[in-house]
Amino acid sequence: MSWCEYPGYAVGSEVFQNYGCRMFSGLWVTFELVAISVTLGFGLAVGLAVARLYGPRWAQAMINGYTTFFRGTPLLCQLFLVYYGLGQFRLFWTDVGLWWFFREPFYCALLTFTVNTAAYQAEILRGAIQSIPRGQFEGALALGLHRWASLRRVIMPQAMILALRPLGNELIVMIKSSAVASLVTLFDLMGATRLAFARSFDLTIYLYAALIYLVLVEIIRRVWDRLELRLTRHMALR
Amino acid sequence: MIEKLALLGFGDGGWGLALLQGAGITISIALATLPFGLALGLIVALGKRSDNVVLRWLATGYTTVFRGVPELLTLYIIYFGVQILLQRLWEWIGLPGNFSMPPFVAGMVALGVVLSAFSSEVWVGALNAIQKGQREAAAALGLSKGQAFRLVVMPQLVRVALPGLGNNWMVLLKETSLVSVITLPDIMFITTRANAATKEPFLFFGAAMLIYLFFSLVSAWGLGGLEARTNRGYAAFGGATR
Repeated sequence: MSWCEYPGYAVGSEVFQNYGCRMFSGLWVTFELVAISVTLGFGLAVGLAVARLYGPRWAQAMINGYTTFFRGTPLLCQLFLVYYGLGQFRLFWTDVGLWWFFREPFYCALLTFTVNTAAYQAEILRGAIQSIPRGQFEGALALGLHRWASLRRVIMPQAMILALRPLGNELIVMIKSSAVASLVTLFDLMGATRLAFARSFDLTIYLYAALIYLVLVEIIRRVWDRLELRLTRHMALR
Repeated sequence: MIEKLALLGFGDGGWGLALLQGAGITISIALATLPFGLALGLIVALGKRSDNVVLRWLATGYTTVFRGVPELLTLYIIYFGVQILLQRLWEWIGLPGNFSMPPFVAGMVALGVVLSAFSSEVWVGALNAIQKGQREAAAALGLSKGQAFRLVVMPQLVRVALPGLGNNWMVLLKETSLVSVITLPDIMFITTRANAATKEPFLFFGAAMLIYLFFSLVSAWGLGGLEARTNRGYAAFGGATR
């Protein structure tokens, strides 16, 4: 018996044992999807938040539109628009040599999740940067630091600490939302579970999947709490 | 181009009317879920602040579970699970035929349960923001516990909780898109069907996006107005401008 069948065997669930391997490889797909999209989204969000606050007016307006659009529409709809909608222009993608990307549900989900979480994270970072008192920036400039240096060395480190908690929440939201990837034929944890249910008609498999998600979210929440405690240990009253 | 746009119209072969009906379903399930989810959330919040250890433990467990499990999964579990349970009950009573769970009710219960878990956090925060002295003063004036809650705490609670609850509403509005998977004919369900019939996914999912965006923008505008209204007595603290 391989390790992935063991949990099902241990709790005495035949379905969980039979589909255990599929579910754990699904869990890995979920993990990959979320880890890559949240990381890429974070990089994108830093740029977006800074440009939104200090960029030229046209850039600010465009970023505003971007965040409003992606925060105002459901992730499921965005995913369908990318996977089915952009997939419609197959000839065009073949011409520009990108069809391999839009053909794969995994890449489509990755793209959708990245632009979606970038919009949310950009708003989180914007709020965090904005709540740093203006005097910090002025003080840094008065000390002769360049604008970029003040932003990078004075404002950002403080803003990141403020953004830590909402960013952790966003990570958890993304783990949960990633379940919609199963609706574009992707076998993430949810997709594998749907398959198991469709073949066995045993509802308990959904409960085991719920338990796996719950444990995953709970672990991340605790690790994040520790991280926050560690990163703010120099601050008073904590 | 024009022929394609005609697919969104109300003429022959146009999906305009179906899309409008889908939008109606989306809004009605969101509106039907809201009072149920918020009321349950408030009860859970009161449970979390209760003096009874068991109640506190139950309420905390409830929010941990429904905040940690994907909404899609909750929806499936409630749709299929309650269906099976009620079917057994149906047979046990000895009624003939099959019981089938209306997708609208299943969607409403699932979204409502998730909303209650998230809104309970908002309620707890708001309840903590109301000073103890308010209840004590109410008691000193001879109000009963229930009266104090209804007449003194609640009006203040709404003001503090509104921004958070507004957020919950925006999330709920977008989550309704998931009910399409249990065959409720909302916007997503209609556009998926339209896509299957016309092979124009970009047009239809794009249209669905715009409908959702419209709802979100109207909600944001309405909530802004509501917040300004609940803050109108607090202008001196800068509340009106928030």
